[in-house]
Amino acid sequence: MSSARLGSALESLTIPVGALIGAMLLFGLFMLMLGQNPLEVYGLIYQGGFSSAFSWQNTLSRAAPLILTALCVALPAQAGLMIIGSEGALVLGGLTAAVIGHAMTGMPPISVKIAMALGGLLSGGLWIAAAGALRQYRGINETISSLLLTYIAIALFNHMVEGPLRDPASLNKPSTAPIGDASMLGNFPGLDVHWGLGFGIIFCIAMYILVKRTTWGFGLRIVGGNARAARLAGLPVGPLVLAACFLGGAASGLAGMVEVAAVHGNANASLMAGYGYAGILVAFIARQNPLAIIPVAILLGGISASGGMLQRRLDLPDATVLVLQGMAFLLVLASETLYGRIKLFKPREVAA
Amino acid sequence: MTARPTDLSRRNMIKGAAAVAATGAMGGWIPAFAQSKLTVGVIYVGPRDDYGYNQAQAQAAAALKKMPGIKVVEQEKVPETTDVQKTMGSMIEQDGVTLLFPTSFGYFDPHMLRMAEKYPKVRFAHCGGMWTSGKHPANTGSYFGYIDECQYLNGIVAGYASKTKKIGFIAAKPIPQVLRNCNAFLMGARSVDPKITCQLIVTGDWSLPVKEAEATNSMVDQGIDVITSHVDSPKVLIETAEKRGIFSCGYHANQSALAPKGYLTGAEWNWLTVYEQHVKDAIAGAPFKNFVRGGLKEGFVKMSPYGKAVPDAAKKKADATKAAMMKGDYVIFKGPLKDNTGKEVIPAGKSLVQTDPVLEQMNYLVEGVVGKV
Repeated sequence: MSSARLGSALESLTIPVGALIGAMLLFGLFMLMLGQNPLEVYGLIYQGGFSSAFSWQNTLSRAAPLILTALCVALPAQAGLMIIGSEGALVLGGLTAAVIGHAMTGMPPISVKIAMALGGLLSGGLWIAAAGALRQYRGINETISSLLLTYIAIALFNHMVEGPLRDPASLNKPSTAPIGDASMLGNFPGLDVHWGLGFGIIFCIAMYILVKRTTWGFGLRIVGGNARAARLAGLPVGPLVLAACFLGGAASGLAGMVEVAAVHGNANASLMAGYGYAGILVAFIARQNPLAIIPVAILLGGISASGGMLQRRLDLPDATVLVLQGMAFLLVLASETLYGRIKLFKPREVAA
Repeated sequence: MTARPTDLSRRNMIKGAAAVAATGAMGGWIPAFAQSKLTVGVIYVGPRDDYGYNQAQAQAAAALKKMPGIKVVEQEKVPETTDVQKTMGSMIEQDGVTLLFPTSFGYFDPHMLRMAEKYPKVRFAHCGGMWTSGKHPANTGSYFGYIDECQYLNGIVAGYASKTKKIGFIAAKPIPQVLRNCNAFLMGARSVDPKITCQLIVTGDWSLPVKEAEATNSMVDQGIDVITSHVDSPKVLIETAEKRGIFSCGYHANQSALAPKGYLTGAEWNWLTVYEQHVKDAIAGAPFKNFVRGGLKEGFVKMSPYGKAVPDAAKKKADATKAAMMKGDYVIFKGPLKDNTGKEVIPAGKSLVQTDPVLEQMNYLVEGVVGKV
């Protein structure tokens, strides 16, 4: 590796890590002001999220849905679109999977699972592709439209779950009919974490290769850099934008399918747990890099796992963790301005 | 992963053996030691200070904390996803909790059932009516209360307080528990004046403060002058009612501080009764009570103290009805009873006592309720 590439790799590692350390220090100060011992707080964060096999599994299981929903932000971002509608794609993916799962009761489980996954991928993908199409062909701001589409998706979901698709047996918690135990996804081998983690990691790696290592991905990034230039160069801008949106939405739809097939066994209002919104945070901290999403999601999962510990041991409110998340988010975004400004990482100029 | 539970129970057994040896050596200290061993975990779906559902549970948890030898760990705003499974697991593995109160309705299936299978020695007491004998594990159970009794008393007081003869009910979802409360509220009011009608507005979800405030405002504009609700946190709608100068009846917890002028009374949970029972059983090693229900008589629910605006006649009638309920011979739902489409839902001569499971499938609104299921 040339020293220039090594420098830039070091830079893109040191700056976010530094920002996170800064956030931890600020958070410690904040805890000190609340009369808590910061060292004890750090200890509990470590203990709650990363100290034992149990806490690691806690962390990973919280990270699993975030990996997929973050892709829904990061992939359209490659094409220059700021999509924040992952939650909508997730609930529709979950609903579609639940309907398919129930309709196929009695068929071989593997075919049911594949059909549910395809249903989730397709419905989530089409939903976000719709936001992309509105942007591409009608000039509608995709950030706003994807958010509004989420409200529509949630309203549609509630209407279906509480109306036509409601299982009459679900008296006090409206749900769709169960998909049945045979069609449920099990745990990731050797872990008490569901398959969503595996899907997420595979999806991230595949997307990283697609975006960074193929000509198609190169074209996509040119569109993201300058759509007019891309058009002049003869790139199919519309299809590229739609495909990026579709892939992102598909990831979120798959997250919904996993929630149904691995956790709930049916579609109900608990699907709307805010994973889609948390995914936005993950994608931004990962600087829209599909591969970086994995460690960032794990970090956020860990923070949320240790949030429980802080509540239980120190009687702190739930919002404490949000403060830490907010500090981390702000500092990481602010640290973006440091790229290219730190001498240490610059290639040494060769003397003439 | 199948190795884990056995692993755990083995570890617990060693721990238990060590504890027995230690207490044996200490002789007379056994009861005190046993008492200090109980750690209780309480999990809330929303904030603990929501003036509503979660606060009612948190008040019981706070009272438990004051009891000697009991440690309480709490976690709030835990969503009904794998998060709550991991939270239960953390409480058990990291804090040594052996009695859990996962208080949100949606925690039961599949989350609590899954964890109960994994940790068969831990007691899981869930708030709601889901537990079914033979279907669910023996270390799980449900507790719930007949709070429609309090909504009926709310209705009596509202019936006296209302001048326009129009009262309102703001509901989260049209599910049996909620419909039962709405019906009881109007029936209480109609026991005072049969001309009273009740407008029902369904917001669609358990916590939608903006919609709840809008619903309250639209009710005031329609001339409604007493409201109550069944949402997770009635805070905003009680405040809105106070601002608009109408009366309100509380739900879940005491909200009188939010509306010093207009708060008439309220239907409150008294979960400490349930918590104490489970704690006593756990300490004594008595079998876990899987199915726990009760109303005013059993001390599961209670009324907020009357507000300043409540007339004496209302107090008299409400107190008399309450006394009859405390004796256990008062029936709210009895025939002939028609729904608001004119269909007879309970034939003449038939009485449904509070414990009747038919009431838990209620899918109608009684005559006089303006609204649709």
